[in-house]
Amino acid sequence: MTTVTNGVNVQALLDAREVLKGAPEAAQFTWRASAKWQSGVHSTIKVQSFFGLGEEQNHKEEWTFEADHPEVFAAEDNGITPIEYLLVGLASCLTGGIASVAENRGIQLRSVESVVEGGHDIRGILGADSDVRNGYNDIKVTFNIDADASRQEIEALVAQSQKRSAVFDALTNPTNVIVEVA
Amino acid sequence: MGVQVIQRTTTVVIGAGHAGLAASHFLSDRSIDHVVLERGEVANSWRRERWDSLRLLTPNWQSRLPGLRYEGPDPDGYMTVSEVTEFIEYFAKVSRAPVRTGVNVTSVRPADDGYHLTTSHGEIHARTVVIASGACNKPAVPPLSDAVPASVEQLTTFGYRDPAQLPDGGVLVVGASATGVQLAAELRRSGRPVTVSVGEHVRLPRTYRGRDVLWWMDASGVWNQRYDEVEDLTRARRLPSPQLVGTPERTTLDLSALASMGVELVGRWAAVRDGRALLSGGLRNVFSLADLKMERLLDTFDEWAKTSGDDAEVGPPERFAPTRAPVSTPLQLDLRSGEIRTIVWATGFRPDYRWLDVPAVDAKGQLRHEGGVVDSPGLYALGLPVLRRRKSTFIYGIEDDAREVIDHLARYLAVR
Repeated sequence: MTTVTNGVNVQALLDAREVLKGAPEAAQFTWRASAKWQSGVHSTIKVQSFFGLGEEQNHKEEWTFEADHPEVFAAEDNGITPIEYLLVGLASCLTGGIASVAENRGIQLRSVESVVEGGHDIRGILGADSDVRNGYNDIKVTFNIDADASRQEIEALVAQSQKRSAVFDALTNPTNVIVEVA
Repeated sequence: MGVQVIQRTTTVVIGAGHAGLAASHFLSDRSIDHVVLERGEVANSWRRERWDSLRLLTPNWQSRLPGLRYEGPDPDGYMTVSEVTEFIEYFAKVSRAPVRTGVNVTSVRPADDGYHLTTSHGEIHARTVVIASGACNKPAVPPLSDAVPASVEQLTTFGYRDPAQLPDGGVLVVGASATGVQLAAELRRSGRPVTVSVGEHVRLPRTYRGRDVLWWMDASGVWNQRYDEVEDLTRARRLPSPQLVGTPERTTLDLSALASMGVELVGRWAAVRDGRALLSGGLRNVFSLADLKMERLLDTFDEWAKTSGDDAEVGPPERFAPTRAPVSTPLQLDLRSGEIRTIVWATGFRPDYRWLDVPAVDAKGQLRHEGGVVDSPGLYALGLPVLRRRKSTFIYGIEDDAREVIDHLARYLAVR
């Protein structure tokens, strides 16, 4: 096997897996985002701190995201819509997963591109038809991958990346969501 | 106060199934004094804890125990449960295994120079103990079963015998291992609407290039892959049984076969909310994972056939269509609507070590062992998944495992 450089430190991940097998409490992470309403349906969301490995952690800088609705929704379009953030999360999670699995399997990637499309019937959120759900009806991800691998190996990368994807799981399986007023 | 009589023996084997009896065979070979304790009768699980239509997944010619081979008229057939029971019983007889039936072991704890066993028939001290009580002592039913409305009947594979025992109406089979697909097929044939909730699974054709797929597993060496060569042993040991059924017609019973019988395939059951089963939307990917894994296995077979010289002896390479994903699958099932009257849990089994007072069981309830050498001196195990080889849990796989484990046990006795 020639040396593969997709830029993923797989050894660190494999080491972490071994350590956390025996230390499940250290594996408990809490991710956070703090949102602030601006005006209209525009809000600003900041992400910096999270908890993990038994203590408070920080991204090296604070990241800021704008969320709004487009003009066809009679809004100002100061940012992407919240439901588009789900696509951002899914695409990035699967892409990162593909790179990690490829690194682990000794597959050199040259390019990984994808288009994520979510089918959404907005009659749900508008309350126009109570039989229509609020969220996506379906999501389709199409990958274009150039790599030193057979088609079968590439399909296996994509399948394994779904199998180990946090966002794929969060979207395909129900999650308990608790919303409270402090 | 009565006088406590403690019987002494060199080795106690717990369980008189094929694994315990194979251990006994090699212990006798080495003239190691032992008894085989059996809570019920020989081959007890086969007699009491299996459904009526079950047949072995392995063809008859692979029904082999130390010194005993299938010699009947149908080497390519598959034994029924009663035939398996007879086969194991016959093995117990010809190997003159010192079996004590109806003896329940309630405790095994470390004692001076060995182990102290408490049984329903007295106390025993043994220098070594071989645990051969099996990997399938309790059905593993997920906790979400507690939230199923009371109007729906629930059965495990321990309670299931045949379709007639179920109320009329729809059945939800949870799990797509060999058990899940077999029960789904027979329930569908009984005329019931059947839905199968499918998580990760192992797809296999019954025959490949004209030979039984388990012939390939054996001949190509895949089945002989050792536990210390398997890349992810934890995963290999947790793998669901392959989607196979033993029928005279040698038919393939994968998910496409179920779908063409009219069985509805839905995603993994994730939660119950307001009387509804919430199902994963990730069904397509579990199909892909299984399809790709099967293709890789068939590639391995083909490559092996080229180098072994068997290429001309078997049919041409085959490839099977990918599992058809339904255009859309339901993400919920209303368990209160009456459409589903029964849930059959085919979600696997767990071993039961509540009687083992030795700190050798991990947080997941599995025995800590290296190829059957348990993490406690003088304690051994047999008949667990990928114990020493991929074939370990099959009747066919016990001989090599038992020989090596008893070799280790004999060396342990010799150096003490």
